[in-house]
Amino acid sequence: MLFKNLNKVALALAMTLFLGACATQQATTTTTTTKGDDAYTGTETVKFLADGVPDRVFFSTNKSELTSAATTTLGKQATYLKANPTLNVVLEGHADERGTREYNLALGERRATAAKNYLISNGVAANRIKVLSYGKEKPANPASNVLAWSQNRRTVTVKTN
Amino acid sequence: MKYKIFTILVLFFILSTKSFALVSVDITRGNLDPLPTAISDFYLDSKLADNIKNLKLESKIPELIQNNLSRSGLFFALEKKSFIQRPEPAHNKPRFEDWAFIKTQVLVTGKISLEKEGRLRVEFKLWDVVSATELSALAFYTTPDNWRRVSHMISDKIYERLTGEKGYFDSRIIYVSETGPKVDKKKRLAVMDQDGYGVKYLTLGNELVLTPRFSPTSQQVTYMSYFKNLPRVYLLNIETGIQDLVGDFPGMTFAPRFSPDGKKIIMSFAQEGNSDIYTMDIKTRVVEKLTDHPSIDTSPSYSPDGSYITFNSDRSGFQQIYTMKSDGTNVKRISFGEGLYGTPVWSPRGDLIAFTKLYRNKFYIGVMRSDGSGERLLTENYYQEAPSWAPNGRVLVFYRETASDSSGRGGGAKLWSIDLTGYNERLIQTPTDASDPSWSGLLSGK
Repeated sequence: MLFKNLNKVALALAMTLFLGACATQQATTTTTTTKGDDAYTGTETVKFLADGVPDRVFFSTNKSELTSAATTTLGKQATYLKANPTLNVVLEGHADERGTREYNLALGERRATAAKNYLISNGVAANRIKVLSYGKEKPANPASNVLAWSQNRRTVTVKTN
Repeated sequence: MKYKIFTILVLFFILSTKSFALVSVDITRGNLDPLPTAISDFYLDSKLADNIKNLKLESKIPELIQNNLSRSGLFFALEKKSFIQRPEPAHNKPRFEDWAFIKTQVLVTGKISLEKEGRLRVEFKLWDVVSATELSALAFYTTPDNWRRVSHMISDKIYERLTGEKGYFDSRIIYVSETGPKVDKKKRLAVMDQDGYGVKYLTLGNELVLTPRFSPTSQQVTYMSYFKNLPRVYLLNIETGIQDLVGDFPGMTFAPRFSPDGKKIIMSFAQEGNSDIYTMDIKTRVVEKLTDHPSIDTSPSYSPDGSYITFNSDRSGFQQIYTMKSDGTNVKRISFGEGLYGTPVWSPRGDLIAFTKLYRNKFYIGVMRSDGSGERLLTENYYQEAPSWAPNGRVLVFYRETASDSSGRGGGAKLWSIDLTGYNERLIQTPTDASDPSWSGLLSGK
């Protein structure tokens, strides 16, 4: 019992440290030109892997943390992928055009990996998922405005078979 | 170093540095006070065959020299029609009062004559009109179709004699040619002379290619390609067309550059959401990991002596510029201004690092000293990034995009150059939209 509680404490501590790290990142980022929560929440540009299973999740500027809307979508994708165990997917990570090309390539990879890890933690086998970053090379919306940029900061799940 | 496509022999200096120049150009002042310069048509030997006469090299070579010097912003070329003395006597012995009369301070003259085996001898002389002296003279032997290269070399000689700095005209720029709609651009590697002439496409556009960079020591470029949907760093010999995958990484490699000795490629490797910086020795294929941090480390660039590396990291929470020793130790953040900093690239002179800065939704190209002090922003725009230094470290080339409308029109990428002083910003004309420029070293390899 004591052992279990200790474990819980350790976990809680780890969580605090993790959240602490996130909070620091949040704080420093808001001091720069980037905004905090500006992930796209609409449905334009979204396609579906199957009925009720959106194909993409959106991110805030310069961020790769999954929003609650993103985890909801990825939860549905995980359920769908577990129900269709022969399907493999590639997660295509993207960034908006307001960043340098090379950094955006890395950011796209980080975003796609965040989605991949969520799918794995929800029971999808890791060997069914590949990640592919396009950085800012393939915008979903070609316009140069805030709405387009938010629609372009995304990870799209694409079936490969 | 061998450039087999160019066969030029620098033959001899004639009275190369007989006297000290009284005229000189202060390159630190930009184009505020460009030097009045008269570039006479060259004198064409009457014994030349008609097919060579028809090339009109006696006016094309001086025109190209004039374009080079004018674009540098340091020289003001006087109109040819104001010239009093004809090319032949001007080349043999200028009447300096005729040239002083049109208020030029510098005169360039030349002579084109036939050598054996259809080769040409192109000779030029640079004159100081104010002190009525010859500053330098030089002859080049070349085939007629190579006249552009000779003109660039002459331009460099003039620039060097008058500024005391190395030139940069005999050099090339590799870039990414862009066509098609913004959501699905076709991108091809292209290479051209630094003045925009002689564009050659090196890839067909079947796969996405990004960020080509010249080797400082050979006709190789390193770039990133999405060949078979596997984004990886490649090496391409632009003379033979032979390509090689760089290393065997189980994920995306990107942001490649050569080491100053041309022996290594430095790049990022992304895995599990983390990008770190690696080098690979081209010959031995030995891979070395230089950074080990759970943040994005990318856009590495060596100092010209190879002992330091500058790079881009968001380990502080957002994109900043860092330096470290080339073994990966001694990591130091150097950018502390407001905003985000990216794409640091070390000047070939070693003193400065050029960068891209995002501040209040505007993009800037700037320079700072390698310790981070003395930040200076050269140009502001909607979007621009990826500065690359001219071989003499006086000029930067970068690309700029404008905003596109709601249907994605407009906003094409173009190449621009700007002087280190922040003056003399110029569009470099390309047949298509263009991005990711990278300047070669001097082709004559000095």
